[in-house]
Amino acid sequence: MQNRLSFMKKILRGYSPVIVIIVILLIWQWSSLFFSIPKWLLPAPTDIFNEAIKGWDSYTHHLVSTTYLSIGGLVIGVSVGLIVAIILHLLPLVRQAIYPLLILSQNIPIIVLAPLLVIWFGFGVLPKIIIITLVCFFPIVVATLDGFRQTSPELVHYMRMAGATKGQLFVKLEFPHALSAIFSGLKISATYSVMGAVISEWLGANKGIGVYMTLAQSSFRTDRVFVAIGFIMILCLLFFTVIMLLEKVLLKGRRHTNE
Amino acid sequence: MSELVAKNISKSFNDKKILDHLSFTVKDGEFVSILGPSGSGKSTLFHLIGGMLQPDDGTFLLDQEEITGKRGAISYTPQSPSLLPWRTILKNVVLGSEISGQVDYSKARNMLKKAGLEGYEHAYPYQLSGGMRQRVAFVRALLSPQDFICLDEPFSALDEFTRLEMQQWLLSIWEENKKSILFVTHNIEEALYLSDRILVLSKKPATIVEEYTLPFDRPRDQNLFLTDEFLKWKRMIYQVLQGSF
Repeated sequence: MQNRLSFMKKILRGYSPVIVIIVILLIWQWSSLFFSIPKWLLPAPTDIFNEAIKGWDSYTHHLVSTTYLSIGGLVIGVSVGLIVAIILHLLPLVRQAIYPLLILSQNIPIIVLAPLLVIWFGFGVLPKIIIITLVCFFPIVVATLDGFRQTSPELVHYMRMAGATKGQLFVKLEFPHALSAIFSGLKISATYSVMGAVISEWLGANKGIGVYMTLAQSSFRTDRVFVAIGFIMILCLLFFTVIMLLEKVLLKGRRHTNE
Repeated sequence: MSELVAKNISKSFNDKKILDHLSFTVKDGEFVSILGPSGSGKSTLFHLIGGMLQPDDGTFLLDQEEITGKRGAISYTPQSPSLLPWRTILKNVVLGSEISGQVDYSKARNMLKKAGLEGYEHAYPYQLSGGMRQRVAFVRALLSPQDFICLDEPFSALDEFTRLEMQQWLLSIWEENKKSILFVTHNIEEALYLSDRILVLSKKPATIVEEYTLPFDRPRDQNLFLTDEFLKWKRMIYQVLQGSF
């Protein structure tokens, strides 16, 4: 009995979000049947699921395009973020001048900035990459700078006593120390990148989930909008998982460092 | 060959004098302890030797060469082991030689073996006990290219039993390597047990009140703690410490 209880507990702990989703879907399904909600207003989960399977061929190219765009934007955004963070860290004077402005830049909603970027750079890939970069780089900068700043003063002291140069201090101590913080930033950026990609596609593109969504919306294919939402979620989750696995591999042996 | 000479070292912080005309010599292969109460500027002295701070007055010479304000001239082990948590033990002990000099893994493996850390080469610091971590830190200091080692109360965070064990271990390793050691402690017994010479510091501003050359033969073991002579020394130094503040 005891065993079975703990077994149940284990299952509940690991899969409780899945159970919650299933319950929500069941309620949704039941209420759309019971209240006979029109399909264009709120399609039942089964309708959405059917559309996802039936329309697979018609939207895969959108999916592939958005995936590529997100990955490309994420890589560029993260690189820019890392470079900015490293520059700000190594040049304290620049940090004082720039860091507050960086925070300010994040107060401008991306949706407001996007049309401007289209005016300046047209409908090509460039403005899209810029949008994703803008969304992705900030979490990385903040996390990385925090990681640098929280380097143990004892270790810095040891390294300096041992005669480490500024470069050695950075390569051997500060950067490896910041890695776990960088990964926290990366997880946020990765999920943001998909959002950034979809927003950028709304503004003008010929393919991508964003395009698929706008088309679906203008023809009141609400089921397709939900299909798009579903795939955005799956994509985010996928990116998140990849980064988590990467973290596990790269930072092995570190899990207990804070204990 | 490494001999450290400190000449007339003075240091103040905000008009508060910490060190007042400190002069001493650590000869090649000698184990010298600096004994003083907490807050007597012992750590400041190390920061000065290590070049982290500039003395207001005075010079440090290592083998007749001036090292005042120069970093990386000495090898140093702080109070906490200060190991990089993401590096394995083997990678940690070569850090000093990585910063300046040549990394020699076979030498490092050998030294770890002698230090009783065989089998832990690929472990991470968190998997080791406090005493073992301190040993790793000391092995790192020995493997560093510098011949002069400064130890800043390395055993103060350990429990009494581990401390005794570590002192014994340190002596056996040191007697084999004979690098010059400057050892800071506030523990009289520890200073007596380990050193060739003891410098007694006064409270702020710190000056050297007394200097003792200890007559105990090497190799030493823990029976020394109970000899009459040892206790006599302990009593005497205790009284000097009492009298100096």
